[in-house]
Amino acid sequence: MGLYSITTKILKSIAYPSELVPSIEEDDGHHHFDPVTEHEGAKLGMWLFLATELLLFGGLFAAYAIYRAKYPEMFMLGSSSLDVVLGSVNTVILIFSSLTVAVAVKAIQENRIQLVKVMLWVTIICAAIFAVNKYFEYTYKFGKGIYPGTDIFYSIYFAATGIHMLHVFIGMAVLGVLLRKVYQNKYSKDNFTAIEIGGLYWHLVDLIWIYLFPLLYLVG
Amino acid sequence: MSEAQESNYLENGHGFKSWFYTVDHKRIGVMYLWAIGVFFVLAAIASFLVRAEHLTPGQTIVSADTYNVLFTLHGAMMVFLFIVPGVAASFGNFLIPLMIGAKDVIFPKLNLYSFWLYLAGAAIFLIALAAPADTGWTFYTPYSIETGANVILITFGVFVLGFSSILTGINFIVTMHKLRAPGMTWDRLPLFCWAAYATSLLQVLATPVVGITLLLLIGERYFGLGFFDPAKGGDPVMFQHFFWFYSHPAVYIMILPAMGIISEIMPVFSRKPIFGYKAIAYSSLAIALISFLVWGHHMFVSGQSKLINIIFSVITYAVAVPTAIKVFNWLWTMYKGSIELSTAMLYSLAFIFLFTIGGLTGLFLGALAADVHLHDTYFVVAHMHYVMIGGTVFGFFAALHFWYPKMWGRMFDEFKAKIAFVLIFIGFNVVFFPQFIMGTLGMPRRYFNYAPEFQTFHQISTYGTWIIGVGFILMLWVLMRPLPGKAEGNPYDSLSLEWSMDSPPGTFNFDEIPTVTEPVYNYGTKIEAEE
Repeated sequence: MGLYSITTKILKSIAYPSELVPSIEEDDGHHHFDPVTEHEGAKLGMWLFLATELLLFGGLFAAYAIYRAKYPEMFMLGSSSLDVVLGSVNTVILIFSSLTVAVAVKAIQENRIQLVKVMLWVTIICAAIFAVNKYFEYTYKFGKGIYPGTDIFYSIYFAATGIHMLHVFIGMAVLGVLLRKVYQNKYSKDNFTAIEIGGLYWHLVDLIWIYLFPLLYLVG
Repeated sequence: MSEAQESNYLENGHGFKSWFYTVDHKRIGVMYLWAIGVFFVLAAIASFLVRAEHLTPGQTIVSADTYNVLFTLHGAMMVFLFIVPGVAASFGNFLIPLMIGAKDVIFPKLNLYSFWLYLAGAAIFLIALAAPADTGWTFYTPYSIETGANVILITFGVFVLGFSSILTGINFIVTMHKLRAPGMTWDRLPLFCWAAYATSLLQVLATPVVGITLLLLIGERYFGLGFFDPAKGGDPVMFQHFFWFYSHPAVYIMILPAMGIISEIMPVFSRKPIFGYKAIAYSSLAIALISFLVWGHHMFVSGQSKLINIIFSVITYAVAVPTAIKVFNWLWTMYKGSIELSTAMLYSLAFIFLFTIGGLTGLFLGALAADVHLHDTYFVVAHMHYVMIGGTVFGFFAALHFWYPKMWGRMFDEFKAKIAFVLIFIGFNVVFFPQFIMGTLGMPRRYFNYAPEFQTFHQISTYGTWIIGVGFILMLWVLMRPLPGKAEGNPYDSLSLEWSMDSPPGTFNFDEIPTVTEPVYNYGTKIEAEE
């Protein structure tokens, strides 16, 4: 299995559950590109994909800007009702998970497989804790009778954090696939593109939250 | 000849699986071609029914509700299933690796997944036909929130198709950055590739915005989010802003690849180097950039601020400049050339003629004062179709004929194909020219009924659909029945790389990756004379 097919599987798993992968002939001559080209190509492709993610959230940020300018009091009130402590904890957790995934990328380049495993496990566990916290936040809001559509602020809150949450789950799936392949000894210092671009994706998930957190939690 | 090249790409494996699981860019391009062809026919049938309904005022063949569904289906299928993926995904896939001297696109499997996503989106669309939407292809709020018709399914289909579009765009951009053959510098890149590059940029940067817009629309219907609902403090006009932020650049996703096709065909049948290579190449990028800044010209009467209307109107005029640069360069390419009026060339000439009409009438609509009068009339419908059929579809047909030998390894009957061209050209103008006049007289678009004084125009327009319909059928019949005998590798003495191998190409395109030493369009110069 070449570098190329692993990297496309990462890109693909963003859009697809992994069982959809057909058993295409793995060495059919269609991807005899040299490893440097494959590595650079995969990275460029992932950066372009990250640009599309930013634009996807760009729509929500635009809606936020417009409606906050229009209804400043609603945003003050709504924001002050959110749980800053839980939000802060989640922010720290995500930033920490960005560190661990960065260490994993560095570690695979130095062939320290054991460290890669630990770091990917920690990253996935951080993501899971984030999701559990978010679950408690949502149910607390529902308990108080606050739903998407209660007012514009809460609609933006649920839409933005909900779509972000979806990205956390996708990121967990990507990291999970990578981890499984690490256990299968598929990666080494000569073959780490997939982990690198998977890491890039996880940084994006983190980055978006770093913008969402102050905009939603700290303006109240 | 290497072992791999003994069979061409069409013969390398038979049966459903050899196509459905292929990672060969040429086969994927051909599958796109078939898929968009099917949806083109379905959407065209819907439009013929719409036109037939207008033979008389009031009900002619279908009820008002069915009429709303028909024009929605026509618009949505033409836009999202035919013309947006259309030329870029089919000819782009087939040609880009051949033109830049590569064995495939850089992510061949991702390419296949993009195609599957396209099929998935199309399948959702077809399922949605069971309870079709009646909103028009633009899904404007508040109607799209309030209507009882099924909007969620069809918008979700568009969302999935958007994913396919994004992944194809990423694939093409990276391919053109990383897989150009030695010597294939950016200023030697064929102009079709430049156009495809600009198109891919738009696909990557604009599509996510319509993605979130449609997700929010689904959320609006499902949860009542309120972003587009005035009762909750939202603003329906915001939907229009978001929608056109994608859908105006999408207009250039539709037209740019066709412009690339014309840039390829002009020099071959004029036997002259393309005039103003750099101007054509950079004008594609200029169009892509400016197209992001003009979306508000769709909304002059939506109640947005007067100042922003003026700004959008001025920038809209700016987009005409790079477009006109292309037209001038194509005309100058022909000047004193040795012109051969092949079928592909006829479609290209028709493209220039019709697209210029479409473009100039676009300036009427870009002018603020004129637009207030012409907005939402048949003038807009006619303008849009002169650009999209006269432009994109004619360019698409030119490509179908021009690369026919390369794609299928056979030749077609030029004479009959030219008869089909004449029917399509005449029929098209008979359908849409009266609509300009109707529009200026005040006939609104999308109306089921009309005042009796418009009947003559409507009838002429409907008769035109019958002429163009016969033309389509004849064209299809000609292309389905190739002449006996195998096509030459390079029947037009073209100089670009895709003609340098056998027709059809072998599975791996090139025995050896070629080295490029000269510009692509050196027709009639010293280099060609030596050969």
